[in-house]
Amino acid sequence: MILTLTILLAVIIAIAWAAFNAAYLVLAERRGAGIIQRRPGPNINGPFGLLQPPLDGIKLMAKQLIIPDGADKFMYISAPVLVMCPAIMSFVALPYSDWLQAQNIDVGLLMVFAFASMGTMGIVFAGWSSRNKYSLMAAMRSVSQAVAYEIPMIITALTITLMAGTTNLDAIVAQQSENFFHWNIFPLFGETHNILMPFSFLIFFICSMAETNRAPFDLGEAEGELVAGFHIEYGSMGFGLFFMGEYANIVIGATLATIFFLGGWSCPFGLFPGVWWFLIKMYAIIFTIIWIRWTFPRTTIYGLLNLSWKILIPASLVNLLLTAGLMKVF
Amino acid sequence: MAAKVKQLPSRGGTPAEKVYLIEIFKGMAITLKHFLRNLWDNSNLYVRHYPEVQPDIPARWRGRHRLLTHPDGTPKCVACFMCQTNCPADCIMIKAGTRIDGVTEKMPVSFTIDLAECIYCGYCVEACPEDAIRMDTGIYAFTSSNREEMKIGMTEMLSLKGGFPEEEYQKGLEGE
Ligand code: SF4
Ligand code: SF4
Repeated sequence: MILTLTILLAVIIAIAWAAFNAAYLVLAERRGAGIIQRRPGPNINGPFGLLQPPLDGIKLMAKQLIIPDGADKFMYISAPVLVMCPAIMSFVALPYSDWLQAQNIDVGLLMVFAFASMGTMGIVFAGWSSRNKYSLMAAMRSVSQAVAYEIPMIITALTITLMAGTTNLDAIVAQQSENFFHWNIFPLFGETHNILMPFSFLIFFICSMAETNRAPFDLGEAEGELVAGFHIEYGSMGFGLFFMGEYANIVIGATLATIFFLGGWSCPFGLFPGVWWFLIKMYAIIFTIIWIRWTFPRTTIYGLLNLSWKILIPASLVNLLLTAGLMKVF
Repeated sequence: MAAKVKQLPSRGGTPAEKVYLIEIFKGMAITLKHFLRNLWDNSNLYVRHYPEVQPDIPARWRGRHRLLTHPDGTPKCVACFMCQTNCPADCIMIKAGTRIDGVTEKMPVSFTIDLAECIYCGYCVEACPEDAIRMDTGIYAFTSSNREEMKIGMTEMLSLKGGFPEEEYQKGLEGE
């Protein structure tokens, strides 16, 4: 009974954490974009516009959910849920510090990736069921993009697994916990002295951006060509869920990058280890992801696929082989 | 005449640029510079905080219409229908009547402009032989939740005052 209650509480906290991040990252992104473009951004509601996300939420919920004629109703309604739910599920397995984790799962890494790839299914559902040619095109693009970028991402995760010898996210962090130089991103003092690890981090970072459909890889919702892409027919909270799902996925991507490469909650100098170090690293990565969106225009679909198949997949494979070889040598 | 062709050197061919990554970091450095500068001091933003800070309207700005009066308060308009005939949007509706104040022979009994239809072209002002109608009130925002309220009548237009001193308005006309 107690166990069930704790799990329930953990799940509720995970949901709240995901929703809170989704809401306030949107605000941060809008205000930051404004500041970069020399305008203030949403600053009217509350101090610094801090009340904007709840008000946006209320507005979206108060709107009518319109289902287009000829849409496949069941798929149409289930699509936003399919985007949001797996994202929240992944949060359950993510460790934020040695005590702050909903469930310590031995196959945590596998579980997170399994749920992350389910998000694409939601996008395909949305694109297919809306009965709109734009959304269908966007869905097809999303699939090719997800297929292309999941491979290098998982190969990179495999490299990490190889070095750590476990898929338990807790254990992966524990291994890098000594100090700064034992983080996986630094090649010299780590497990394998693999000189390519910084590039591995870069590959992982790019892939997590492409996986979450972020600019400059947001071809699934390219406004210029596809109006709004896969969520073109969605209004009200259906649209809101897609939005929250995207931001929840960003948080997951940043969390994974922190766990795999930046030593999780361990401190660079061995001082005050704790959850705050994790949050600092995670938000630094999230800031970089948002910052990239402020900076670069969208790529083309060919450029996107070429980048993955011609550069990222070979590079990540080379890195995997090198790591395996070095593991054997040292 | 032959077309002038300007040859621009093609860019992006050097090995350093082909790697992309360096250029990507350069681009990010530029936006970060802007971000930090505006975060530190956002007093020189390029936008007006509109409802709190109102824009400066020049004298030649075509805003809401008004009807002018003689010094004794009678309307200058002589109901000649010039403005109504000229109006490209067909939104002026004048009913003429006998003048009761003895200035000339005709005057409008009712003078209605449908501001929902008006395109603010200013032809009515230019057409008027009596300088009886002007668009110099300086009012640039007019909203309403129904169409009937967008029709303004003679009393309202007569009661509006010009938003600028007379010399400034005349100077604005000279520029045309
Ligand atoms: S400004 Fe143009 S459209 Fe408006 S009333 Fe005058 S003539 Fe008609
Ligand atoms: S406003 Fe001027 S143009 Fe129009 S009817 Fe009166 S006098 Fe004639």
